[in-house]
Amino acid sequence: MVASIRGSSAVVGVGLTNFHGLPGMNHMEIMAQAVEKAIADAGIHKNEIDGIFSANFVELLTPLTIAEYFGLNPTFMDGTNTGGSVFVNSMQSAAAALHLGLCNVALICYGSNSATGKFTHPPAMRTVEDVYKPRNPISPYALAANRHMHEFGTTKEQLAEVAVSARQWAQLNPAATMRDPLTIEEVVNARMIVDPLGLLDCCLVSDGGAAMIMVRSDRAKDFPKPPVYMLGVGSRTDHNIISAMPDLTVTPAREAAAAAFAMAGVTPADIDVVELYDAFTINTILFLEDMGFCDKGEGGNFVSNGNIAPGGSLPVNTNGGGLSCVHPGMYGMFLMIEAVQQLRGECGDRQVKGAKLAACNGNGGFLASQVTAIFGTEETL
Amino acid sequence: MNKEIPVENPGPLQTFEDNLAKGEFKIQQCKECGQHVFYPRQLCNHCGSSSLKWVEISGRGTVYSTSVVRRKPERGGDYNISLIDLEEGPRMMSRVMDVEPTEVTIGMQVSAHVGLVEEKPAVVFYNKEQGDKEW
Repeated sequence: MVASIRGSSAVVGVGLTNFHGLPGMNHMEIMAQAVEKAIADAGIHKNEIDGIFSANFVELLTPLTIAEYFGLNPTFMDGTNTGGSVFVNSMQSAAAALHLGLCNVALICYGSNSATGKFTHPPAMRTVEDVYKPRNPISPYALAANRHMHEFGTTKEQLAEVAVSARQWAQLNPAATMRDPLTIEEVVNARMIVDPLGLLDCCLVSDGGAAMIMVRSDRAKDFPKPPVYMLGVGSRTDHNIISAMPDLTVTPAREAAAAAFAMAGVTPADIDVVELYDAFTINTILFLEDMGFCDKGEGGNFVSNGNIAPGGSLPVNTNGGGLSCVHPGMYGMFLMIEAVQQLRGECGDRQVKGAKLAACNGNGGFLASQVTAIFGTEETL
Repeated sequence: MNKEIPVENPGPLQTFEDNLAKGEFKIQQCKECGQHVFYPRQLCNHCGSSSLKWVEISGRGTVYSTSVVRRKPERGGDYNISLIDLEEGPRMMSRVMDVEPTEVTIGMQVSAHVGLVEEKPAVVFYNKEQGDKEW
């Protein structure tokens, strides 16, 4: 029997930078802006941080750089890189390390100048796919979208519903990058990039930094903001390159979410707000299905008619998501921070009223690493 | 000092590429569980056995999914990227060469040939029979 870490740790500080207008800053400087805000939000001194959790696409040994940059002497570090899902994965490591007393104040952080510094392709192992020149990361998602359309009749219009819903949320978020009105027709008719995905089926490329502070729950109320508790987490993967994915219509999020919901002791029907890694429109449909918000194959119908937009039955990607708010190479950090801010009631015009339970799903690689996390307010403990 | 070290026991990936350079498309089959393995590995990804042998295969496959990478004509134009399920079980990425990139469909029957993709040896697929297989 494995000891549950349900409710054993909580988020007590978060920080976000601007997502644009950061030319001339490198990724560490952008990250440091976010860390400064998270530290202020938690009301701690930087020297209290003794756990560092971070990874990115531009350097190795990231936790070491962070320790040096901020003048820290951590007792626990995790620089695992699972792609864009990594920060949700880091949150699992941080919760475990806090629970075991391996550290007491965990910092999870990320910064990137993907837009102004130009996106740097991560070093990757040479594979048998390289010779065919897939346009990664878009091609694998296009292959998944096409297979989903083939098996379940999902349409370009239904993919477009995801982008339009995200944009409508972004219009309620002053920090979001893209806030102009957007129609289904504009998404469907946008320039094709890798069929069946057009330009507006793909996330934006922005700058941005984000940071989060976690502590054990026994002291979570000693900080200025209402704590947001980690109720459940699950992490799964089954491939790296897309030709090794067993079924392109079913991601490891099915098992990751089942584990996270089981730990939290709640079901998808209990969730008030959902944050999904929408690097491409097909992602939102796949993850809603795999996490159990609708049946497999029903995702296209589920997202239609504004069902996940403001005013719909299920608020999804309430910051505007990677499609319209922010996507600086890796997005996982931003999912969790939006969830925390929704549960604190800090989200202004886009606030989901009375939100008590939030589900996040981080995606890494090509639908490969899936990490689901469930967060809740104090009354959900 | 960049002295070239002679390869006496090439790894599975090198062996696969050496075969391709000779115009042969071979994949591994596990002697323990009988399942085919692709891409080339040191251990069977099904049962974990290290007893793998190189075998010839039918070359027949079915398009599992397909997409078109859009590229400007002056840079070579659009091209197909497909995932092919081989008759023997494994799935691989490739290109279907004799059909317009947008006309490749899921479920299409295709057959493998060792050809060139942008001047590099690679297994590619054709929808129409291309005569005797080329390995």
